[in-house]
Amino acid sequence: MTGLTTLKISEARDMLAVGDISARELAEAHIAAVDTADGLNAFIVKTPEVALKQADAADARIKAGDAKAMTGIPVGIKDLFATKGIHTQACSHILRGFKPEYESTVTQNLWDDGAVMLGKLNMDEFAMGSSNETSYYGPVKNPWRAKGSNSDYVPGGSSGGSVASVAGYMAMGATASDTGGSIRQPASFTGTFGFKPTYGRCSRYGMVAFASSLDQAGTITRSVRDGAIMMESIAGFDIKDSTSVKMDVPNFEAALTGDIRGLRVGIPQEYHLAGMPGEIEALWHQGIEWLKAAGAEIVDINLPHTKYALPTYYIVAPAEASSNLSRYDGVRYGLRETGEGGGLNDMYDATRAAGFGQEVKRRIMIGTYVLSAGYYDAYYLKAQRVRRLIADDFKRAFANVDVMLTPTAPSAAFAFGEKSDDPLAMYLNDVFTVPASLAGLPGASVPAGLDASGLPLGLQILGKPWDEETVFKVSGVLEEAAAITAKPDLWWR
Amino acid sequence: MSNIDKATVAKIARLSRIKIEDDQLEPLADELNNILGWIEQLEEVNTDDIEPMSSVVDAKLRWRDDEVTDGAKSEAILKNAPNSEYGFFAVPKVIE
Repeated sequence: MTGLTTLKISEARDMLAVGDISARELAEAHIAAVDTADGLNAFIVKTPEVALKQADAADARIKAGDAKAMTGIPVGIKDLFATKGIHTQACSHILRGFKPEYESTVTQNLWDDGAVMLGKLNMDEFAMGSSNETSYYGPVKNPWRAKGSNSDYVPGGSSGGSVASVAGYMAMGATASDTGGSIRQPASFTGTFGFKPTYGRCSRYGMVAFASSLDQAGTITRSVRDGAIMMESIAGFDIKDSTSVKMDVPNFEAALTGDIRGLRVGIPQEYHLAGMPGEIEALWHQGIEWLKAAGAEIVDINLPHTKYALPTYYIVAPAEASSNLSRYDGVRYGLRETGEGGGLNDMYDATRAAGFGQEVKRRIMIGTYVLSAGYYDAYYLKAQRVRRLIADDFKRAFANVDVMLTPTAPSAAFAFGEKSDDPLAMYLNDVFTVPASLAGLPGASVPAGLDASGLPLGLQILGKPWDEETVFKVSGVLEEAAAITAKPDLWWR
Repeated sequence: MSNIDKATVAKIARLSRIKIEDDQLEPLADELNNILGWIEQLEEVNTDDIEPMSSVVDAKLRWRDDEVTDGAKSEAILKNAPNSEYGFFAVPKVIE
């Protein structure tokens, strides 16, 4: 049975098509794998009955010759995608008991294509975190351990359950979401392929909102090809999201030609960070050499406002969050605490004090402050202006290059508690991912190597708006050149 | 610029509708000052004549025909309410 859980989506699809395996067998193997991995805490809700029903429907569909690429493929769903009648709480206590009466468009697209749901995945509360330590349901453990060590590491965040479920051979793919790096950074920490498309490529309908001008759905998979297959399924215009853009979804898999001859790859000089581990610099240099060897032209470029991206993000995102999260008031759904005094305001104050975790409160308060009278211009408008300068940096640079290559994160996975007491140290995790988020650009993290202790490291590819195909193509070349064979030991089984 | 004191934290907490215990005001003030102090490096960027950017999508909001496309689902909407009565959300009494 374990053989089935190590298959890639592309391999399973081909085997399902010719009848070598059935969707039911595939689902049963993955349900069993999920059950062996409770210690990783990746799944917070398991839905084996749903999975088996969907698998049987998939088998019928394959038999009828009506299969899509995702038909019969077992996936995990990040807890911020609304799944009708099933726990959807963005891993926050304030949404206690919430089971939506509707389905998110991203998950509906997967079910329409015949995918199979294994359950809901752990994450940082409301996607606010870079280590999955802010979840109400407790942290997720990284399936990877350092060589010869029994210590646990964080999986990154906020999509910590998504990456652990895929790296730990429980799910073949997982949905994820990226506001400032929540797909790419955890992918780098777990040796998985994380893909965030252009803002507007996927519908945000039914996604629990964090920062609406930044939030975008994406995927975690064990190969670039699998990412292309799954992204094609979840993407597309949706009338129910006013920021979703009406454009055809290309055949992403067809972009994986392996031919990048003559392609211009930009290397942003500002991403050479003082104090970054030498092995990350070395891996970046290795990535440059791989792409050069494949025929790409390497061009040094400048993104002068890079150092201002993180402070800009930590105004814009909390401001939007403070507004979005005002809906959690104890009236319409989730937790209600009556509070001392028993009045309406007492109820609001007590519900939100009990329902939100420390990091979420911190961000709501920063957001409220920067939007408050007297500070709006100095903080919020200022940040929106710098955001435009950052986006303009990219626009100017992309006039001259096709993609950019950078490290994904400034470190490998770290230990629990190492950064959770220092918000600024935690925020620095996203130093390389946040700028592209502010500009709405597509980006991917490709597993490219291991550090000296054997923990995975990723390289990031950034593309022009709506040019996901080139990001996939270059990712594919990197993946092939890196040829990583290391896997996590299955120590939790 | 940022010098958040206990009174300011209490004010932000009230605007945020989050009850903060008195002994938490001081540590929160330190935390917020630390973050805002770091954020204030933005002051060194010249943003004269730069238009604030609120969306990365240039497209204008789509218009649609002014017709009802959804509704008549009060039961579904109330289903997750902590308390509802007679087809309405129920909250603590607000009028004396």
